[in-house]
Amino acid sequence: MRFLATLFRRLMYAFFLLVAVLVLNFMLIHLAPGDPADVIAGEMGGATEEMLADIRAAYGLDKPIAEQLFVYLGKVARGDLGHSFYFNQPVTDLILERVGATILLVITALALSVFAGTFLGVLASRKPNGFFSHFVTVFSLLGYAAPVFWTGMMLLILFASWVPIFPVSGMYNVALNGGRLARAFDIFHHLMLPMLTLAIIYLAQYSRLSRASMLDVLGSDYIRTARAKGVSERMIIYKHALKNAILPVVTMAGLQMSYLFSGAILVETVFNWPGLGRLAFESILRRDYPTILGILFFSTFIVISANLLTDLSYRLIDPRIHAGAK
Amino acid sequence: MRFSKEKTAGRDLDDVVPVDHPLKEMWRMFFKNRAALFGLGLLLTIILMALLGPLLYHIDPFEIVWAPLAPPGEEGYLLGTDYLGRDILAGIIYGAKATLVVGTAAALCTVCIGVTVGAVAGFYGGWVDNALMRVTEFFQVLPPLLFAMVLVTLFSPKLMIISISIGVVSWPGVARLTRGEFLKIREREYVMAARSIGSSNLRIIWKVILPNALPPLIVTATLIIGVAILFEAGLSYLGLSDPNIMSWGFMIGSSREYIFESWWAVTFPGVAIFLTVLAVSLVGDGFTDAFNPKLRQL
Repeated sequence: MRFLATLFRRLMYAFFLLVAVLVLNFMLIHLAPGDPADVIAGEMGGATEEMLADIRAAYGLDKPIAEQLFVYLGKVARGDLGHSFYFNQPVTDLILERVGATILLVITALALSVFAGTFLGVLASRKPNGFFSHFVTVFSLLGYAAPVFWTGMMLLILFASWVPIFPVSGMYNVALNGGRLARAFDIFHHLMLPMLTLAIIYLAQYSRLSRASMLDVLGSDYIRTARAKGVSERMIIYKHALKNAILPVVTMAGLQMSYLFSGAILVETVFNWPGLGRLAFESILRRDYPTILGILFFSTFIVISANLLTDLSYRLIDPRIHAGAK
Repeated sequence: MRFSKEKTAGRDLDDVVPVDHPLKEMWRMFFKNRAALFGLGLLLTIILMALLGPLLYHIDPFEIVWAPLAPPGEEGYLLGTDYLGRDILAGIIYGAKATLVVGTAAALCTVCIGVTVGAVAGFYGGWVDNALMRVTEFFQVLPPLLFAMVLVTLFSPKLMIISISIGVVSWPGVARLTRGEFLKIREREYVMAARSIGSSNLRIIWKVILPNALPPLIVTATLIIGVAILFEAGLSYLGLSDPNIMSWGFMIGSSREYIFESWWAVTFPGVAIFLTVLAVSLVGDGFTDAFNPKLRQL
């Protein structure tokens, strides 16, 4: 029951955040220099009078500002994020076509960086001053300092041009004929480099974090007790210590969803990955505001959902957190 | 050199080891750290290049000077030319300015917004804190790069707008940190003392609590410069930079379609960004260690 109450409260809060994003979007359209109708048309002065009149009518731009906000919120509630005049398609359709590719990229990169990062961190924590530990420190510094789009290009030059083992861009091979399995493999083949690129930054962070957190946990009393009892080293590391040491990594991973998404924009443009990030890039180039603002709303929606999930799964991993506690 | 009660208890006062000013001790720690010194040296070199480079190297980074896609070394163009025939070395030298200026200005912006929000929230507590923290959470769920892209596109890509946009999207972390420090410090005796002599709230925030909350803030501010430089690079890579000012991210972005024909056109500007961020974060790590009294004893 308490869990349900918490869930309900969290959902309400998430809903409130989403409405706040919409209000922000609305404010941005009106704060931008120039006529709001022009902003929505996205042509910056190039739109025809007829088009502008249509937009003014659809968004109620001649009405008081508060009423305009409600017209806008009402449109979004019906799933209408506006019309992209550049792509000549409803923004909602544009986004739904591409969201799958982005989610695939982000989730696989996140999974890779969490698992590999934790593993590296655990290995490093076994010998805090050993070679491996230093490797993790240096690697995390390098991973942090390299711009993600540049890392992607370097990987492309190395593994698509000099040693051509991966495809240059895109998500599938259009010419491919084959069964389901062949197509899945093809997507995976295309996914490898973008996923690696996006994962490297976070891999660096998580390995550093899990190393520190493992070292912290390994110094605690209950580990000493387990050692005194004669529990095997392997059990101590992977069962007793890791369970507690992984909590900061999970928290961090959940909180970084919005950064992962930012990284995805850059990675997708490097690899021409047909996701939301590349759509954002294209619509920025064309000053296509309905699409950009739609993506801003939609990606925030994904981030909020991810935060909600992390929060709930955290309660499952860590029994010390009761459903009611904050 | 440390002054420790246990050791000196019951001894003659002459034995007491003199204690240095904490700042002096911090600097000593910093200068013992080889990685931090290397970072500092690297950073100073890059700053010097940004300041003196344009005086010594007279090639306009936007000017087409030689055949396109010339590899490094050809015709004396050390780092080669890009797809239009612009000199890469000139771009790197002239681009340093935009990167450093925007990185620093954006970090300043981030810290100003973050410290103000965090200080007010942590000092006043109650509903003020609650409201400000909700706003902070709101800014944390917006994907920072996307939000900054929207701001820069809506309000024109000028260096100032770019810096402010980066500040507007990245302050929440600083606000949380500052709030935490303020919550901790506001309960201390010396704050109570300041209150009891009738100091105004503003004075307590600015003159009493803030100076004591500075060490972790300085560390974060240094690291934020690195993040802001990466951020600026990302924006200009996407074409959101001042079109009249060369920047490293812009160089990489404009050669995006030619990476296989001219690896040098994207590699060198990237190395420049990488080294700058590396230098800044090494200095930041050096500060972290120097400010941390636990490590200092070792």
